Amino acid sequence: MTEKQVTIKNRAGIHARPAAMIVQTAGKFASRINMIKENETINAKSIMGIITLGASYNSTLTIQADGPDEEQAVEALCALFDHRFEEE
Amino acid sequence: MKDFTVLDLLNLDLTEHDALDLRCLAGRPGLTRVIQVPDLNRPGLALGGFFDNFAYQRIQIFGRGENAYLAKLALDNSYDNIRRFFRHQIPCVIFTHSLRPSEIFFRICEESGCPLLQTGLSSSDFSARIIRVLSNIFAPRETIHGVLVEVFGLGVLIRGESGVGKSETALELVERGHRLVADDAVEIRCVYGNIPLGSGANKVIGHHMEIRGLGIINITHLFGVGAIRDKKQIQLVVEIEHWDSNKDYDRIGSQAATTEILGIQIPYLKIPVKPGRNIPILIETAAMNERLKGMGYYSAKEFNKSVLKWLESENARTVYLQNTDLF
Repeated sequence: MTEKQVTIKNRAGIHARPAAMIVQTAGKFASRINMIKENETINAKSIMGIITLGASYNSTLTIQADGPDEEQAVEALCALFDHRFEEE
Repeated sequence: MKDFTVLDLLNLDLTEHDALDLRCLAGRPGLTRVIQVPDLNRPGLALGGFFDNFAYQRIQIFGRGENAYLAKLALDNSYDNIRRFFRHQIPCVIFTHSLRPSEIFFRICEESGCPLLQTGLSSSDFSARIIRVLSNIFAPRETIHGVLVEVFGLGVLIRGESGVGKSETALELVERGHRLVADDAVEIRCVYGNIPLGSGANKVIGHHMEIRGLGIINITHLFGVGAIRDKKQIQLVVEIEHWDSNKDYDRIGSQAATTEILGIQIPYLKIPVKPGRNIPILIETAAMNERLKGMGYYSAKEFNKSVLKWLESENARTVYLQNTDLF
C-alpha cells in the first residue's frame, strides 16, 4: 500500500472539473485507490464521492493506493494536485 | 469524527419532537468546549460537597431539585462547593424548566468560562431527548462506496466495483418508481445499537447521480420529490459483479448469506452481471423475496418442502402399485 498526503492549492477547491480529472486519472490504474479526508474514506474512481468530500482550499487529503501499479497511481494523482488542476 | 462542541449542540437542526429548546444565558466563550461523552449527570452529590467519582466530563443538568438546593446554599451564603464544581472542566451546565440561577452563580460560571444553558423542557423530557440526540450523533459511522435505494419499502444497498453499473441500475429502479437515498458515498450510522441507517454523505449536494455519458444529473428535478428519500435503514445488501465463469453462484437460494456493516449482520446477495440479465428487475424481485421472508415465507425452502412431500407420495404410490402387481 502506498500513501501520500496532499494539500489543495487551487482556490476553488475540488469542484466538478477537478473531480472529473481525478476520476479520469484514477481510472487508468488497476489499483484500488482511496482518498481520505479527516476520517472519511472515498473511492477515487467515483466523481460524486470525491465531490462529497467537500475538499476546499488548503485542506489536506491522503491518497492511498493498493494494487499492482499503486506507486504510479499515487504519483499521477499527486501531480494533479501539484499543478492545481491547471487552475489558479 | 469531528469534535462535537456545545455550540454544535445549540446549532442542531432538530424536528419538533426532538427539539431541545436550548438558549445560552452565560459563558459564551466556553461554547467551543467539546462534549466528549454522550451522557448526563445530575450534580446533586457534587453540590453537596461529595466530589469522589464526579462525572465532570458529562453535561450537567440542573432541575428543580438542584435549583432548590442552590437557593438553600445561597441562603447559607456558602459558595465553596459551587466554586469547586466549576473548577472541573465541565462541557456545559443546563437548567431545565426555564429556571434561572442566582446572580452569584452566574458570575462564578462566567469566571470559569463554562457555558450556561437553559431549556424550557422538563428534566425528564429533556434527558430523554438529549440522550436520543447524542447517541445518534456519537453513533459509530462509516462511509461506504455504493448506492442506496428504497425498493418496495426495503432499503437496498447496491455495492460493487466502479464501472460495474451501480448508478445505472439505481437509475432504472428510480425510473420504475423506487426511491434514491444516496449515490456513490453512503454514510451509514448504527443507531439504537443495531439499526444501520444510511443517508447521503452530504446534504447540500445530495440526490445527484453521475452516469457515464450523461454526466451529473439531478434526480429530484428529473423525477420529482417522490423519487427521493433522505435516510433509510439498510435491510439488504446486493453486490453486483462481472460474471466470472469460474465462480459458483447460488442456484437455489436456501442459504441465508449475510454481510457485516458496523457489526450488524445484513442479508446479502451477490448478483453477477451479464448481457441479457436485467439487474433492476432482479433487485426488485430480491427485495420482494426479502419481504416475503420477513413474513415467514421462504420461497426456496417451501419449494423444497413440496418436492420432498411429492417424492414421498410418489414413493408410497409405487410401493402400493408393486403390491397390487403381486395379486
